[in-house]
Amino acid sequence: MRFHAEPIEFTPQPGVGAPVWHGRAVDGEDLLRYAISVHRHQGRLSALWGSDERERAGGFRLHCVFALTEGWQWLRLDLPAENPTCPDLSGIFPAANRMQRATFDLLDIRHDGPDQRPWLRHGGWPADWFPLRHDAGDHADFTNAPTDYDFVKVGGEGAHEIPVGPIHAGIIEPGHFRFSVVGERVLRLEQRLGYQHKGVEHRLASTDFLTGAKLIGRISGDSTCAYAWAYAAAVEAACGATPSPRALMLRAVMLERERVANHLGDLGALGNDAAFAFGLTQFMRLKEDWLRLNADLFGHRFMMDRIVPGGVSHDLAPEALARMVEQCELFAREVSELRAIYDNHAGLQDRFLTTGIINTDLAHELSLTGMAARATGMILDGRVYRQDYTPPPPYAALGVRPVTDERGDVAARVAVRFDEIFESLRLLRAMAVGMPAGEILTTITPVAGGAGLGVIEGWRGEVLVGLEFDAVGKLARVHPHDPSWQCWPALEHAVMNDIVPDFPLINKSFNLSYSGADL
Amino acid sequence: MISISGLIGQAFAIALALVLAPLLLGWLGMCRAWLQSRSAPPLWQPYFMLRKLFNKDVVLAETASPLFRFAPFVVFGCMVLACAIIPTLSTDLPLAPAADALALVGVFGLARVFISLAAMDIGTSFGTLGGRREMLIGFLAEPALLMVIFTVAMIAQSTSVATIVETLAHRDFIIYPSLAFAGIAFTFVAFAENARVPVDNPATHLELTMIHEAMILEYSGRHLALIEWAACLKLYAYSCLGLALFLPWGIAERDNFMALVAAIPLLVLKLLVGGFLLALLETVNAKLRIFRAPEYLGTAFLLAVLGLLVRLLLEVKA
Repeated sequence: MRFHAEPIEFTPQPGVGAPVWHGRAVDGEDLLRYAISVHRHQGRLSALWGSDERERAGGFRLHCVFALTEGWQWLRLDLPAENPTCPDLSGIFPAANRMQRATFDLLDIRHDGPDQRPWLRHGGWPADWFPLRHDAGDHADFTNAPTDYDFVKVGGEGAHEIPVGPIHAGIIEPGHFRFSVVGERVLRLEQRLGYQHKGVEHRLASTDFLTGAKLIGRISGDSTCAYAWAYAAAVEAACGATPSPRALMLRAVMLERERVANHLGDLGALGNDAAFAFGLTQFMRLKEDWLRLNADLFGHRFMMDRIVPGGVSHDLAPEALARMVEQCELFAREVSELRAIYDNHAGLQDRFLTTGIINTDLAHELSLTGMAARATGMILDGRVYRQDYTPPPPYAALGVRPVTDERGDVAARVAVRFDEIFESLRLLRAMAVGMPAGEILTTITPVAGGAGLGVIEGWRGEVLVGLEFDAVGKLARVHPHDPSWQCWPALEHAVMNDIVPDFPLINKSFNLSYSGADL
Repeated sequence: MISISGLIGQAFAIALALVLAPLLLGWLGMCRAWLQSRSAPPLWQPYFMLRKLFNKDVVLAETASPLFRFAPFVVFGCMVLACAIIPTLSTDLPLAPAADALALVGVFGLARVFISLAAMDIGTSFGTLGGRREMLIGFLAEPALLMVIFTVAMIAQSTSVATIVETLAHRDFIIYPSLAFAGIAFTFVAFAENARVPVDNPATHLELTMIHEAMILEYSGRHLALIEWAACLKLYAYSCLGLALFLPWGIAERDNFMALVAAIPLLVLKLLVGGFLLALLETVNAKLRIFRAPEYLGTAFLLAVLGLLVRLLLEVKA
């Protein structure tokens, strides 16, 4: 199959997961031409990573995942073993910038873009050592030699810098934010991330797929279900396995429960960041009740390791489903009461409205996904029907209603979160009633050389896992991709017309993952 | 003429301030917790905090100048003085002639200058950020506070706080409409000056939104303890000033020992009610955008001016 009359021939990925096509670019020119065509057709860059294929194919490989309305195209480009260089995609998709720099830091796959600064390498290992190369060796003992980072300088009368982090006053993940300001007005924000790089991708190589499932579920604790499902979908696609309808429905139950839990927590935290502590305590109470029922139903508050390749590891009895429905009804009432309080609170609305605006055009240029993109008015949700797009089961049968808000500010992201909670509560009730019978787990035999891509709409946005098996059925290369990769640059733009003390509120309205993108 | 009972009363008032001020903050914390339907921390939680801080070693930045070490003592001293000249139990205060209400504003201003200078002393961006914002709040709040004091001073024909209280509490009961305006303006200013919601958030951990907290980020150990204690004393001083100006009944007169004893439970009761109302207002409000603070304090100033005009136009007999 071909897209937009481009010469690249794609083959559809088998299985019941999200619609994915696999393709191969002949050379850099071919890739660049396809990227331009995707951009012209309102597509996005979903992920970009590299792999060391010198043992199997005699060179390196660049992987790009593009998202069009119809689905995702996984495009591979083979690169030579000596001086692998790929074309610069950041001119077409600015989101490629950090991914290209990370690919260089890990594999020495160069790009000819203007921004050659390191991204993941903070001086923890030497500049001529590349951790994801197979010949890099394991326990290299390097002394930490932090290097200066060339932040973009802003000059002019009264302009100065405020460096924030990586260690913050609160207990949060590490990240550095360099504000260039005049008085309280933010002229520019530049992020430096990568402090949490811990070699997850290296650890995943050469493990068996069941160990991989455990590790993937711990990349980002707040998205463990999304990651586990995306990984399971990728393994199933690579091995030609199909989970039962009951297993798929149970996965969706967990994913929606994860979405509700995170939205509840963030809505409370958003109130707290505007010094409306009442909101925090109320939403934290709700979230705690929600997590406790998770523990009762699934044996784990965050439902870790409950989604496994082949199905799910935990079944729900009819009584458990009844309890879930009961709780959903209670929450629908309580959350709408709290929503009325938030919506009618003049002080809170004054802080939320027109703060941290991202418009649709910018969101499109930055390949923004998920909740943040929907808050700019884009109908971009892997669970929702669109023209030319059919969501994967079980969402195809559920008829998920898209949630959007055109304003693009903090208030829009708050509104989208509220609406998504109500929609998820509705879906949970519908799923509890329509839960199909059957087995919950099918056995999976790894297929040597198999490759699969899983895409799941997590609460933050689209979570991708691309993986390949090696000749003996172990994992050759796994790349988990967090939506935060695309959302972090959007945050830089969102604060640009605001004042310094509004940044924490804007940041919280996105609530992006550091660990998930640093890997 | 300084009487013995006056000296005892003065010493007692200062001691009471030092003891009650952290408790007032503790009470505020309890009320806030209850209003948010949380279980409350104990009333003496601020004492735990002070004990912890006094027992800790001081960590000084390498770039700290003597000013940085000196400032907490100045700030603490200013707040003790403020508590000494505001009549809490009795108007018989030997220290009261040392400073009238205008000088009281100056004492608060002196503390502000020192804490802001100390904040900028280290050279971190947060200290400067906090100092800058504190000055913005201060230079808007002080005129409003002065206007409030002028209004009340015109009624008593004196700027001495003790005389004002004697005038308002012990003469015939008259309703002054001007005091209503001044009272609202004073409440506005008190929130801003004490770094409470809606102007500042004392509970935040977000360094970019801080005002008061950003200034003291570099302090530790006994220095921080003094600053925290001074913050308690400031809140206590403002509460007592508000009570003295607008609800002065029950404060003892000269040489009236029984009234002095009776004034203690009344003061505690007033502080309990006042603390609860403060917590209530804090709970129902969100923090303002920092650029709304000028509007907020402008409103306070306007109300104070209205109070003064009402006094001049309606209450002063030609």
